[in-house]
Amino acid sequence: MSQYTNYIGKPTNRVDGPAKVTGAAKYAAEFNVPNLAYGVVVSSPIAKGRIVKVYSKPVLKIAGVLAVFSHENVPNLAWFDRNYKDDVAPGGSPFRPLHEDKIMFNQQPIALVVAETFEVARYAASILEIEYEEEDHETDIELKRAEGFMPGRGKSGWMPPPPPRGKPDKEWKKAAHRIEHEYIHGTQHHNPMELFATTTEYHPDGTITAYDKTQGVYNCQQYISKIFGLSKSEARVVTQYMGGGFGSGLRPQYSLFMSVMAALELKRSVRVSLTRQQMFSFGHRPYTLQYMKLGTNPDGTLAALQHHALHETSRFEEYTENVVNWSGMLYQCDNVKLGYQLAEIDVFTPQDMRAPGAATGSIALEIAMDEMAFEAGLDPVDFRIRNYAETDQNMSKPFSSKRLRDCYHQGASKFGWDRRNPRPRSMREGNMLVGWGMAGGVWDASQKKAAAKASLSGDGKLLVTSATGDIGTGTYTIMTQIAAEYLGLPIEAVTFKLGDTDMPEAPVEGGSWTAASVGTAVKNVCEELGKKLLKQAQKMKGSPLKKATFDEVEFVNGQIRLRLDPNQAVVIRDVLQASGKDKLEAETSATPNLLKQSTHSMHSHNAVFVEVKVDEDLGTIHVTRVVNAVAAGRILNTKTARSQVLGSVVWGISMALMEETVMDHKFGRYMNHNLSEYHIPVNADIHDIQVVFVEEEDEIVNPLGVKGIGEVGLLGVAAAVSNAVFHATGKRVRSLPIYLDKLL
Amino acid sequence: MNPFTYSHATAVDDAVRDKASHHDAAYIGGGTNLLDLMKENVERPTHLVGLNRLPLATIKNNPEGGLRLGALATNADTAWHPEVEKRYPLLSQAILAGASPQLRNMATNGGNLMQRTRCYYFYDTTTPCNKREPGSGCSAIGGYNRIHAILGTSQSCIATHPSDMCIALAALEAVVRVSGPNGDRTIDFTDFHRLPGNAPHIDNTLRPGELITGLDLPAKGFEKNYSYLKLRDRTSYAFALVSVAAALDLEGNTIKEARLALGGVAHKPWRDTDVEDALKGQPATADTFRKAATQMLQGARGFGSNDFKVELAKRAIVRALKQATEMKQGPSDVFLNSNP
Ligand SMILES: Cc1cc2nc3c(=O)[nH]c(=O)nc-3n(C[C@H](O)[C@H](O)[C@H](O)COP(=O)(O)OP(=O)(O)OC[C@H]3O[C@@H](n4cnc5c(N)ncnc54)[C@H](O)[C@@H]3O)c2cc1C
Ligand code: SF4
Repeated sequence: MSQYTNYIGKPTNRVDGPAKVTGAAKYAAEFNVPNLAYGVVVSSPIAKGRIVKVYSKPVLKIAGVLAVFSHENVPNLAWFDRNYKDDVAPGGSPFRPLHEDKIMFNQQPIALVVAETFEVARYAASILEIEYEEEDHETDIELKRAEGFMPGRGKSGWMPPPPPRGKPDKEWKKAAHRIEHEYIHGTQHHNPMELFATTTEYHPDGTITAYDKTQGVYNCQQYISKIFGLSKSEARVVTQYMGGGFGSGLRPQYSLFMSVMAALELKRSVRVSLTRQQMFSFGHRPYTLQYMKLGTNPDGTLAALQHHALHETSRFEEYTENVVNWSGMLYQCDNVKLGYQLAEIDVFTPQDMRAPGAATGSIALEIAMDEMAFEAGLDPVDFRIRNYAETDQNMSKPFSSKRLRDCYHQGASKFGWDRRNPRPRSMREGNMLVGWGMAGGVWDASQKKAAAKASLSGDGKLLVTSATGDIGTGTYTIMTQIAAEYLGLPIEAVTFKLGDTDMPEAPVEGGSWTAASVGTAVKNVCEELGKKLLKQAQKMKGSPLKKATFDEVEFVNGQIRLRLDPNQAVVIRDVLQASGKDKLEAETSATPNLLKQSTHSMHSHNAVFVEVKVDEDLGTIHVTRVVNAVAAGRILNTKTARSQVLGSVVWGISMALMEETVMDHKFGRYMNHNLSEYHIPVNADIHDIQVVFVEEEDEIVNPLGVKGIGEVGLLGVAAAVSNAVFHATGKRVRSLPIYLDKLL
Repeated sequence: MNPFTYSHATAVDDAVRDKASHHDAAYIGGGTNLLDLMKENVERPTHLVGLNRLPLATIKNNPEGGLRLGALATNADTAWHPEVEKRYPLLSQAILAGASPQLRNMATNGGNLMQRTRCYYFYDTTTPCNKREPGSGCSAIGGYNRIHAILGTSQSCIATHPSDMCIALAALEAVVRVSGPNGDRTIDFTDFHRLPGNAPHIDNTLRPGELITGLDLPAKGFEKNYSYLKLRDRTSYAFALVSVAAALDLEGNTIKEARLALGGVAHKPWRDTDVEDALKGQPATADTFRKAATQMLQGARGFGSNDFKVELAKRAIVRALKQATEMKQGPSDVFLNSNP
């Protein structure tokens, strides 16, 4: 790995930055294709029932209205569940927009009004009269505690909790110190800045290009081609830029269905944008109830650990996420019982959101660990180190690499943890109580199959493409760095493009696997191209590389040269010129090396330290300092990676103190469905955040040694805030968000 | 959103006449509240009378020694006006505690008084709401009411008036100047907004067609001892759960005169002159403040999710009076009174 010198690991500025800040970057709702019509979605005002009648006639009379689509007149479309199943759909029967008269959740999209202008469409949609027959709904998960069930169908990436090990009940009863508590957080919605939107361009030959907001263009392409009976060449999906996703764009959203359906029906380009209110009408982080039991031995090692979770799912799909499994592997414990259940209510299916499952599970586990340390009279960091897991006990496998211990040490030292007075309410500043808390977490390091294409042109410019996404994370930048590194080209000569189904296939941009998956594909394709270049170079007259094998050469500074004798070199541009070709191309894919990977448990880890200041009289909380130490393999770009961890911390603070979508069960409707009342932090809420990367050498995860940085930074942040609040005030808050009234 | 027509008025009379000549017309200032309500279909005016060309954007001394704030002066221009900063810093502080710089740059003083409640149900036309649709019921009672009122509520409505600026104006005893089809008149600030009673669809005592032209601030500005304390679910860009405008006239440590108004707790800025009278002649101590707080919250009641406001309001009053007395920033005040 030591050959990385020029680009990988450097704090390269975002290559897409200038396009974004100058407005040149185009988002889904900004493609102003000719002859565009506008669709506005009508949402159900009730949570359950059926549509008796859609009174479209008066609306159709309004000048400029082109069509009203509902289940009454939607064209004959595919019928089977499998046609509507996207790559990341959970088990069950996917929601089919405008398919039938049945209403299964509040704000369900039930009609689309299309007009010549957005204003007319919006007005017409606002007066469209629809008659309903209401049925009783159930939306309160608290009332469904007794009706939890083990999911049978799951979804890809979901693992049922491992079977119990040891004697978790008996050992818990015998433990020297014990705790037993419930932890709750409410529903949360992703709320990326950019609203979901699709501009479907209808081409004269009947094919379409959908400019969509999605984290997976291929996923959306297969979704619409199966539903509308289009071949892949007839349906192109493009997402070049995305104003945030946080998981909300993993599954195709209904703006895509609506816009494509209307375009095909009207044989005309159609744009459908959702409103902010409608951003609360689909997947979300589920309302989750968790139960923890921990016990320690006299020496401070864990005697027993039990973790149970119950969360909501819809009536039609079994949404699953890994909530409790982490508790069986983050700490060494021989007596473990993990339980996981779902309960059905009348809402839309939850959806992966910012470190799904682990963000939730780490709240319960890491607050409980703090409680346990306090009960046992141990320092929270010391307690964790005493229970450090050297192997993954869930899988009985060694870790491919794990430097969590260094995260604890380096994080604590940067934070100044040794100056902490362990007694709650012991640290003050004027009328404020100061609290220091910590927590941590573990996340998967995974790799999926991905492909890429590289094309080097005569002027020495390299174009690399792969249909992955950049949801603001830095994909454009790190892929450019990897390509520049492996072909030894100046970074300005490399362009990376993504988000187009005309490009080689890549998985949805999620799970923190993009750097590993697409990064490896980019590396592979550059090596393929390198081999072709070498071949051409060897054909050159008097080539100094004539007898060199690929392993004997390196690509540096625009040259191919002998590793052992760098003076023996040819200039890459000259190679192309001499070859007489105007470009050289390669296309290949990268698949995970399962043989190597299957013998190990591959994970990233973090430890996060938080300072809060609490106004004792008024209950206001400010997170004044955060240090987040992250071990996630090799860091490809210290700048974009740091930004990702900063973002994670902000979302963690958000989760701890602000975010909650509140349902009025009378209506089965989320009531704070706007950004004025669904609170996320503003600048004034965010103070000092420091990021420490504890780099790991890992040859097992993938050839680049990267584990992905998108989600791990969020883990433990909310728990650490709650732990710090306890240290400050002596009050333990086990239900998030910690609004000020919980401290009064 | 409805189709609507729009015209600019350049004189007050024209504006009043233009509005009267249209069915379902509305005045529009900065539009920061009205346009949202139109997009949500809560309000559906068919004609808008644009006010921004009226010659009412000035701030100048009035004959009685006070200051006159034009109805079309923006919230930002008002808060940062040197005379306001110097003589009525309580008002500056209250305005800056509200919304965001972008909104304050657009929002007008008249519009601020007239902004409507932020009750979730009022904004969501799928739910019953007496304020939006008289007689349909109040969804907030028995529903989610974290941001709702604890004082002066009725069985028909428990909404709050969301303004910060108005809380300071109530404490400062501003006077609202209006022009209408039947001429000009003035309204004392405390009489401007009303309690919901059984007509929650009526927010204030403005008569149909009347236009706010300005606000008169009396000479006395309590510029030495004041505090606007706002408690909310995030540090900026959120409406008040509870806010307190406190103004004191002190002689040594004795209170000569006190003004106290609460925001986020009622359908109007909440003042109680009995409490203010009781503070007169008392020492400015925590004990005095606590008594005032208890008295101020007499009769307050929560509706479930907002139960905490009763205690929070008391503590906020004590803190605000303390801040007004001491006029120095403790470590926590740096967060509480920061208004980015
Ligand atoms: C996201 C957000 C956050 C906010 N946060 C806060 C906050 O924290 N604190 C706070 O106090 N406010 C807050 N506001 C509200 C803001 O202060 C008001 O929207 C603003 O003051 C309204 O002024 P305007 O000129 O834009 O009114 P407009 O929207 O133009 O009008 C509002 C109403 O007043 C009427 N009107 C306007 N001018 C006159 C007049 N001269 N005479 C008679 N009627 C008139 C209009 O017909 C309309 O009914 C927030 C607003 C938003 C959108
Ligand atoms: S509190 Fe008032 S505004 Fe809110 S729902 Fe009830 S009646 Fe409507």
